[in-house]
Order: sequence, then structure tokens, then C-alpha cells
Amino acid sequence: MIRYLARRVAVMPLLLLGTASMVFVVSRATSGNPLVSIVGARNLNNPVIVAAAKQRWGLDRSLPVQYGRFMINLLRGDLGTSFSTRRPVLRDLWDRLPATLELTIAALVLGSAVGILLGVLAARHRNRALDHGARAVGLLGSSLPAFWLGMLLLYLLYSRLGWVQGPNRLNARVRPPTRLTGFFTVDSLLHGQWSLLWQACMHLVLPATVLAWGVVGIVSRLVRASLLEELSSEYVRVARAMGLRERTVVATHALRNALLPTITIVAFAFAYLITNAVLVEKVFSWPGVGSYAVEAARQLDYPAVAGVTLLGGLAFLLTNLVSDIAYTMADPRIQLS
Amino acid sequence: MNAAIAPTVEPTAARRTSRSARHRPAWRRGAALAGLVVLGVWIVIALTLPWWSPHGPRDVVGPRLRPPGRHAWMGTDALGRDVLIRTLWGARTSLPVAVIVIAGAVLLGCLIGAVAGAAGGLTDAVLMRLVDITMAFPPVLLAMAITASRGPGIGNALMAMVLVWWPIYARLLRSQIVAVRHREFVESATAVGASPLLTLRRYILPMSFTPVLVNASMDLGQVVMLTAALSFIGLGARPPSPEWGAMITEGATNFYQWWIALCPGLAIVTVVLACNFVGDALRDTFDVRDTFE
Repeated sequence: MIRYLARRVAVMPLLLLGTASMVFVVSRATSGNPLVSIVGARNLNNPVIVAAAKQRWGLDRSLPVQYGRFMINLLRGDLGTSFSTRRPVLRDLWDRLPATLELTIAALVLGSAVGILLGVLAARHRNRALDHGARAVGLLGSSLPAFWLGMLLLYLLYSRLGWVQGPNRLNARVRPPTRLTGFFTVDSLLHGQWSLLWQACMHLVLPATVLAWGVVGIVSRLVRASLLEELSSEYVRVARAMGLRERTVVATHALRNALLPTITIVAFAFAYLITNAVLVEKVFSWPGVGSYAVEAARQLDYPAVAGVTLLGGLAFLLTNLVSDIAYTMADPRIQLS
Repeated sequence: MNAAIAPTVEPTAARRTSRSARHRPAWRRGAALAGLVVLGVWIVIALTLPWWSPHGPRDVVGPRLRPPGRHAWMGTDALGRDVLIRTLWGARTSLPVAVIVIAGAVLLGCLIGAVAGAAGGLTDAVLMRLVDITMAFPPVLLAMAITASRGPGIGNALMAMVLVWWPIYARLLRSQIVAVRHREFVESATAVGASPLLTLRRYILPMSFTPVLVNASMDLGQVVMLTAALSFIGLGARPPSPEWGAMITEGATNFYQWWIALCPGLAIVTVVLACNFVGDALRDTFDVRDTFE
């Protein structure tokens, strides 16, 4: 066990080095001229300004030197300075990360809850209307483009019906709660600002639902399959033979084992959510890492793009690692080699 | 998008019969057929549109921002162009792009996967780490980063998507090769003196064809969606061209005219659903397992 964990953790630096190198290659294999976004198109003909800008941003050095600097700076926690905001990329990301995490965690909780519920219902009512219905709900969720669905629902539920609040995390000109965690819901709760908490929730509910719908299908299908497998096993037969009610058999015996594999799927779902959060944040003007990434990509802001991509890769690697470890610790039957 | 990557073919006859005899509800067979029909209709539309379309995709047909009605069934956009006609023309961008991306990813991925699986050793290790690292990124982010650094445009978006998508097929083909490498029919081919290349081509690749096909048919819809996403954030096709994602962006700028974005979005949904249904049926027919089933 310990050795397995040690080995999993030991390859992390290698993978991190790989992802960082990939980010460097991608961000420097540019055909567009980054100088355009630094000095503006009009100053490109001015050799003095161009030379100064090149020196200022280290673009006058050879690629190996740039690579070395990039890596050393990374180790120091320096992701460079954004061309467009003129602030350190790490600061930008740090400021915007809580918004993205709040959204994706809310979506993850919502999506897993609905997915598990649908999965259990589908397994209990196998090959009947409920099963097919649950499947259709899941399939639809993964087939609807999240950014399009978000736009239409925003129009319908906010503009026409007024059931939820509009884009962004709070209403315009409302002061956010003092930052403790950066999660507006948690912060307003901790400060006891109830109306603010309500407002934050009403802003959060729609983008979180749109994001969550995309993972409902994966979770429910997995829960259904693994619950069916458990229900056909010996210990379930014993439990039924002892005369336990079906509800008890499912809820206290089979479901606990059936949910183990969902730990691995949750990591995958989280990765999916991060991916789609980029687009959903754009639609809902959510001031998170995703909308930052979109703006950076559009303005050819390479340090910012590199920073966001690196953060995305890091999140992927970490969620995979954590879910693997959690899975092996949760299920004592797993033999580690 | 990236997880269901290790399907393997179970060549055992017994398993195959038990699997195909499994109860498959009629609606799923119907769904597969419907998927085929929908894809067929889209392909026919994309191929024949120039001969019967009443307007071109950039023709102004009436007043601006008119809701759906008799003159334009799905309304007009901010320049007075017919949204439905533009959506149909959009198929001529989105479908070929998706097909080219999948073809490119399959070719590149299978080539690298075959080299890795056949060569083994250090080559294998290096190539597979490259696969791991590429797949360590969220696909949208990596595609965004590549497109941004190459400059916005549908060509660069296409290239970026190939570069994001190939590892799936590399891993798939390699796992296939590793799975069959020590089976009797491969070893006997080697024993009678077949060169590695011949063994690969005649005995190993045909075995790998179906899982690649199943994956490709499902990924087609995902690529249509990713293309639209890249265009939506302004990195793929640019607004005047009738691409579905770019049209949804126009819908976002005219937020209260809901019909502008509705039609291209529905087009994406039909294609994605159709690909899922067809891929699902192919998987059942050819008995390819994936990790979720």
C-alpha cells in the first residue's frame, strides 16, 4: 500500500515536468506575433520600441535559454506577467480560482447526487420506463452543448421568467463578502449575511445546473451497472433470504459497495467540469479562471494562456491521483502491486 | 471525453453469442436507425445544398432580427439573413471539419500506437509518456492554447483538435497490439517467417479495426461540439461564415433574439445524438467493451 502510494507520488514530478514542457512548446510554437499584443500593431514598425519590448519580456533570447528561464521561474512559483492585465499570472489565477472552484464543486455535488439517484432508480426498475427515462436524461445532458444550453436557459429562466438571477456571481454594484475562502456562498454564510447568501445561490444555481447535467449521464450509468452487479451477488441473496426488505437490501448493503467505483468516475467528472466550465463561465460572465482563459486566448496573451493550461493540467493530474488513492483506500479488496 | 479509452475486443466466440443474445430493447435499435437517418440527411444536405438552397448563406433576405415566421421559418439574424438557411450551410463547414479531424487523429494516433506497440522498450515508453502528458490536459484548454498560439481560424482549430485527439487512438491501438501479440495466431505467423510489418498489417491491424471504428463514430459528435466551442469563443471560424459555433456567438450578442442561436444549437444536438446512437449500436454489435458499460 505505502509502496504503491509512494510510487504514484514519485512519478508526479516527472509528469509535472512533462506538462510544463508541453505548455512551453505550445506557447512558443507561435506563428502569430506576440509583440502585437504587447506594443500594439501601430508600434510594430518602431524598432526601438520592439527591441525594448523584446528585452523586457525575454523574447530576444534563444529558445533553450527561454525554456530554462521558464522552468526556473516555475519552480519559484512565477508564471510570468500577463501581457494584457500587466499583473503576475499567478495573482490573476489566485484571484479567480475560488469562483471557478465554487461553480465546479457545486456542479459536481449536484451532478453526482442526481446521477446516483437516477442510477439507483434505473437499476431498481431495469428495462422499464424509468430506466429508459434516466438513460435519456443522461444522454441528453452529454449531447447538449453546455454553452448553448446555458444561453437559452439564461434567456428563458432569467430574462423571461425571472426565476433565477442573471450573469456574474452577484448583482451589479453589490459588495461581495470579505474574502475568507473566496467562495461567496461560504463567506456570506460565515459572516451571517443571509440576503447575500441567497443572492449568491440564485446566481450559482443556473450555471451549476447546466454544468452538472453534463456529468449526470456518466455517473448514473456507472451506478446502474455496478448496482446491478452487486444485486446479483451472493451476499445480496443472503440478505434477501433473511427476509430483509428490498429497500434495506439496496440502501444499506448493495449501494455501499456499488458506489465504490464512482470514486474514480468523480475524478473524471471533475475534469469534464473544468473543461466545460471554460465555456459556461464565458456565457454567464462568471469571473473565474475559465473566462480568464478565453480572454487570454483571444488577446494572444501567451503567459496567461500558458498559466491557465498548466493549471488545468495540474488539476487533471491531482484529481486522478487523489481518486486513485481514495479508491484503493476505500476498497480493501483491491490488491496493490 | 478522455476516460473511456481502453476498449478491447473479446474475440471469444462464446462471449460474443451471449452478448448479442442479450436483451436489447426495441427503442435502442430504433434509436440507432434514427441516428443513421439523421446523419444521412445531414450528409445529403451538405452535399446537395448549392443546387436547391433558395439563398446563399450570406444573402440578406428580409428585415433584421425578425422572429420565426412565414418569410423565414427560423427568423432572421442581425444582418437580415435567414437563420435556417445559414444553419443548413453550416453543415458544409462543421461536418467536413469533424471528419477531417477524426481521420487525422485516427491516422496519427494509429501510426504512433502501432510503432509503440510493435517496437516496445524505450520507444514504447517515450511515446506512451507523450500520450499521458497530452491527455493530462483538459481537451478544450489545450486546443484553445494551440489555436491561440497558431492564430485564430478554422484551419488552426482543426490542427489543434487533431493534436488533442490523437492520443486516444494511439493508446487504443497499442493496447490492441499488446493484447494480441502473444496469441497463437500471431506467434505462428511469426514462426513461419512473416516479417513484423506483415504480421502487423495482416494479423494485428484487422483485429483493431472495430474498436477504432466504434470510438471514431462516437468521437465525431464530440468533435462537432468542440469545433463549435472553439468558434464560440472566437478561435475557430469567424462570424461571417455560417459555422454553428460562430452563429451561436452571434446569438449571444443578440441575446434577446433567442431564435438566432436556437437553430445552430439544435443542429449540433442532432448530430451529436445521432453519433452517440450509431456508436452505441456499433459497440453492441461488435461487442466492444468500454469501461463504463
